[in-house]
Amino acid sequence: MTNQAETDLPVLSVRNVTIDTIPGGAKPIVRDISFDVRAGETVCVVGESGSGKSVTSMAMMGLLPKDALRVTGGQILLDGEDVLSVSEGRMRALRASKVSMVFQEPMTALNPVKTVGEQVDEVLRIHTKDSRAERRRKVLSMMERVHLPDVERIYRSYPHQLSGGQRQRIVIAMALILRPRLLLADEPTTALDVTTQKQILKLIKELQEEEGTAVVFVTHDFGVVSEIADRIVVMNRGDLVETGDCRQILSAPRQDYTRMLVSSVPSMQPRCAPLTDQPKVLEVVGLSKRYGKPGKSEVLAASDITFTVRKGEITGIIGESGSGKSTVARCVMRLTDPTEGAVVLQGQDIAPVRNLRAVRQKVQYIFQDPYRSLNPRRTIAQSLMEGLVNYGMPEREAREKAARTLELVNLPAAVMERYPHQFSGGQRQRIAIARAIVMEPDLLIADEAVSALDVSVQAQVLALFEDIRERTGISVLFITHDLRVAAQICNALVVMQKGCIVEQGATRDVLTNPSHPYTRALIDAAPAPDWDFQNFRPLPLAV
Amino acid sequence: MLSFIIKRILSAIPVLFMVAILVFLVLRLAPGDPAVMIAGPNATPDQLQQLRESMGLTRPLLEQLIIWLTNMAHGDMGTSLISGKPATELIMDRFGPTLALSLSTVVLAIVVAIPLGVVAAWQRGKVLDRLVMGLSVLGFSVPVFIIGYVLILVFARILGWFPVQGYQPLSNGFVPFAQRLVLPSVALSFPYIALIARIVRTNVIEVMNEDYIRTARAKGLKESAVLMGHALGNAAVPIITIIGVSIAMLIGGVVVTESVFNIPGLGRLVLESVLARDYTVIQAVILLFSAIYVVINLVVDLLYGVFDPRIRY
Amino acid sequence: MSSDTPAPEPQSQTLSLPEMEGGGASGLRAVLGGILSSWSARISAAVLLIIVLMSVFAPLVTSHDPIQLDPAIRLQPPSAAHLLGTDSYGRDMFARIVYGSRISLLVGAGTVIVALLFGMIIGVLTGYFRWVDAVLMRVMDGLMAIPGVLLAIALVAISGGTLVTVLVAIAVPEIPRVARMVRGVIMGVRNEPYVEAASVLGTGMWPMVWRHMLPNTVAPLIVQGTYIFAAAIMTESILSFLGAGIPPEIPSWGNMMADGRLYFLLKPELIFFPGVMVSLTVLSVNMLGDVLRDRLDPRMAKRL
Repeated sequence: MTNQAETDLPVLSVRNVTIDTIPGGAKPIVRDISFDVRAGETVCVVGESGSGKSVTSMAMMGLLPKDALRVTGGQILLDGEDVLSVSEGRMRALRASKVSMVFQEPMTALNPVKTVGEQVDEVLRIHTKDSRAERRRKVLSMMERVHLPDVERIYRSYPHQLSGGQRQRIVIAMALILRPRLLLADEPTTALDVTTQKQILKLIKELQEEEGTAVVFVTHDFGVVSEIADRIVVMNRGDLVETGDCRQILSAPRQDYTRMLVSSVPSMQPRCAPLTDQPKVLEVVGLSKRYGKPGKSEVLAASDITFTVRKGEITGIIGESGSGKSTVARCVMRLTDPTEGAVVLQGQDIAPVRNLRAVRQKVQYIFQDPYRSLNPRRTIAQSLMEGLVNYGMPEREAREKAARTLELVNLPAAVMERYPHQFSGGQRQRIAIARAIVMEPDLLIADEAVSALDVSVQAQVLALFEDIRERTGISVLFITHDLRVAAQICNALVVMQKGCIVEQGATRDVLTNPSHPYTRALIDAAPAPDWDFQNFRPLPLAV
Repeated sequence: MLSFIIKRILSAIPVLFMVAILVFLVLRLAPGDPAVMIAGPNATPDQLQQLRESMGLTRPLLEQLIIWLTNMAHGDMGTSLISGKPATELIMDRFGPTLALSLSTVVLAIVVAIPLGVVAAWQRGKVLDRLVMGLSVLGFSVPVFIIGYVLILVFARILGWFPVQGYQPLSNGFVPFAQRLVLPSVALSFPYIALIARIVRTNVIEVMNEDYIRTARAKGLKESAVLMGHALGNAAVPIITIIGVSIAMLIGGVVVTESVFNIPGLGRLVLESVLARDYTVIQAVILLFSAIYVVINLVVDLLYGVFDPRIRY
Repeated sequence: MSSDTPAPEPQSQTLSLPEMEGGGASGLRAVLGGILSSWSARISAAVLLIIVLMSVFAPLVTSHDPIQLDPAIRLQPPSAAHLLGTDSYGRDMFARIVYGSRISLLVGAGTVIVALLFGMIIGVLTGYFRWVDAVLMRVMDGLMAIPGVLLAIALVAISGGTLVTVLVAIAVPEIPRVARMVRGVIMGVRNEPYVEAASVLGTGMWPMVWRHMLPNTVAPLIVQGTYIFAAAIMTESILSFLGAGIPPEIPSWGNMMADGRLYFLLKPELIFFPGVMVSLTVLSVNMLGDVLRDRLDPRMAKRL
């Protein structure tokens, strides 16, 4: 497609679209949304969970689940043709040829029992009359365009034989092989590591510029938005809050909700100095963890890990998936037994201790997924009191203490008799934090504890961590993949790659003056490193 | 791949061993004295003692077990207490009819059940789905022998299309062989059609919720192509599993069906042996069927790798 | 779409908590009450209720003796005196069907209790302790390989057909399946964050099993229990039909069908009346099981 008359007519025009559940709820889940996307333009639809952003993009593909959701009003014009009123057959013809989609989970978006070559080929098979050889040639050339290596081999590979980034490239190849006018990308990089994310964003941009494709990019991540968006559509609970060009939304949002959302994004600016004069709470010395049999099948999940956490300090362990950061945390907690090394807690090495009960009280753990870390069948009171009662506290006393701790995490004691399913994700994570600190541990391990939360909730929970540290002087080992979050609250950082520590030191030093190329690469890959979201302006000092 | 097959075959040996021990122990430790059962209530104590000795029952249990296992390992399944013939010979004589009945039943069940299940999944929640699923519950709620008798009554007695009962070996010609096999196979296949169709439906529906199905739809595929091209292939593993389980479960039904249709197969052999208290033969047949079960499981395991590339050995 | 599913997050620090709904323990009760909203479940429950009442109040339902022989009135067609006619020994068919329901329900309930109890114990042990698993699951594998009906026939043949023998013979082959299911649940839940969280809080083994693991087996056990109930009634009728079940003098539906075999071409109703009762009972239990499964445990739909 070349740019001819498209400049005046938008490729996509969403007009007053309303989407409701079947049967209709009290309030439609998407209400009266309107926006346009022009050829070659990238429009980011930003919102938190429950904003209706994904549902809107599914409606554009005509892929809303038939028995659960339906569009009750408005038009979705694709080059002037209303996709909401075309026939099933016409909609099928439009898919992949005029409008394509890239999904969030590259791990599950491809059929596991067919080769990826077959799956890309299928698009050509149903939409073109090309011969088998012709199709094969086109598929291979498209695979080259998405920068896959060794395309002949990849063609014959099954999805499980490829990495997450490679799979996402296959999905993109599939989406763009027919040169559609519009590409819908639904959180296409959320499940990927930050370095892979950067490559995929670059790839989408590159192909978009070559073909003049219009792109609708659905995301929750303002970092990504600020990198790629021409214009931004902000959604909140089914309403369109505001639209504007990228710079305007980031520097001068008009609506309170947008202001709150943008300012919740942590900046890459280190805020906390290291606490060198405090006593050591945790010393990990030469810790290693190997899986499998020594020799061929051995996997080194963590190797020769040594670091220290001081009283009142928040130490971050940073790394991408597979870096071994969670393995280290689990070894410190003794949820996993370390193969070698010492874990010295308040002067006592707990690595060889067999009776775990004795050490468990001093270290507590907060899990990533607040939906699975609370037993759904037990009340909040039962969950909070369990540890105290295990260690011999009378029930009445434990109940009082649990109630006091709930208030510390900003939840009223009145919620004690409720069950976890009655709370939102952020509230559950507060409960999980309360369950940990009620034990009065010396060390708190937070394993990606804010990763599953929306950005505004994440900001609240991060503030809560700092608040608790202030009040109780607790030490925190904070495991995260997110440099921004680490910059926000950590005093010191440990950077891990492939099971080894590549660099550690004060947060400020590591982020502003990294000594290892991998740390440098991580910082470079983080989207929008130079924007101070909290203050709606560029960072004064380039990091 | 080859090393996996060898490993998997080797791993079946302890299971067979366990089966042999269990069969022996269950039959030997069950309350009741085999000698009394065989000799009848009027036997004198001397006669009983003699019988026990000839059956080897007076030796210590462990010794009996070792003798039994050693014999089994040599392929010696013992001698019938009644006819004096080797158990293997009795089994070989009766193997043909049972094999014919089982094979035709399994083929019929698979051919009918998979399309039924796919159609039900496709029409999920609609009339056709409800009909198929309703019939399916009925299918395994009615005892096989009742289905058998209904078929005999309608198709043999009233319509006269098929002989009422009996069996003709294939060597006597295909038509008489097939004629006598139709009704028992249909009767016996009912519960398995019901079972397999349900599993096919459930798994296809489950697969239809996967992300890659959405991807397939986003390519512009027709719903039927999504169903056949993407969903069925991914539902293959549980479907193969249930087919394997069905074949293994068939044995109980075979006993009943052979009894109703008067087919001289292994099922009848078991019943005759039970009525005559012929322990060696009972043990041998149970062990044979257990071994078949283990082998089927083995084949099913190996088939997984064929249908799912993620399973590599 | 997955990012849109969680509950909307309150935007401010002030809390907006949803209204109290039935949660946790009361949830199960709500589900059990809720299943009666489907018409198929209602009909099934009604049929079962009638059969249960019939068996409990058998002497009130019929005045005939189900055992008394009376050769003078052999093979009579249905009449006012004998609602379903008489069998080849001149016994009242209706009375035998009414009393026969006692045997079927007893065998069903007994099998469920035995199979679930032993299956649960073995399942918990194998799911929790690796070394027990290695040993016990081999035994279970072996037991599963032995065809249940054949094993039952053999057991009954050796020990003589009494109600207890038949019950044990039917229940034993069911144990490995229950054990496997419980083991699967326990092993699956071991890695759940909330179980790890409890272990971090110093929760010991038995409280862990009792509070955090076993509750997860309740729903699948109820569902599997109903299917075992149905299967047991079916197997009893097959065993008795083959002459390897309950002693022939006891009126059971299976025995009635065994008695009717000789006269099948002459009077098929001798087999069909009890056959319909078996089918109806098993069908109702299975349908109830399906509804229960859909409500309690959708993943169980893959059950074999």
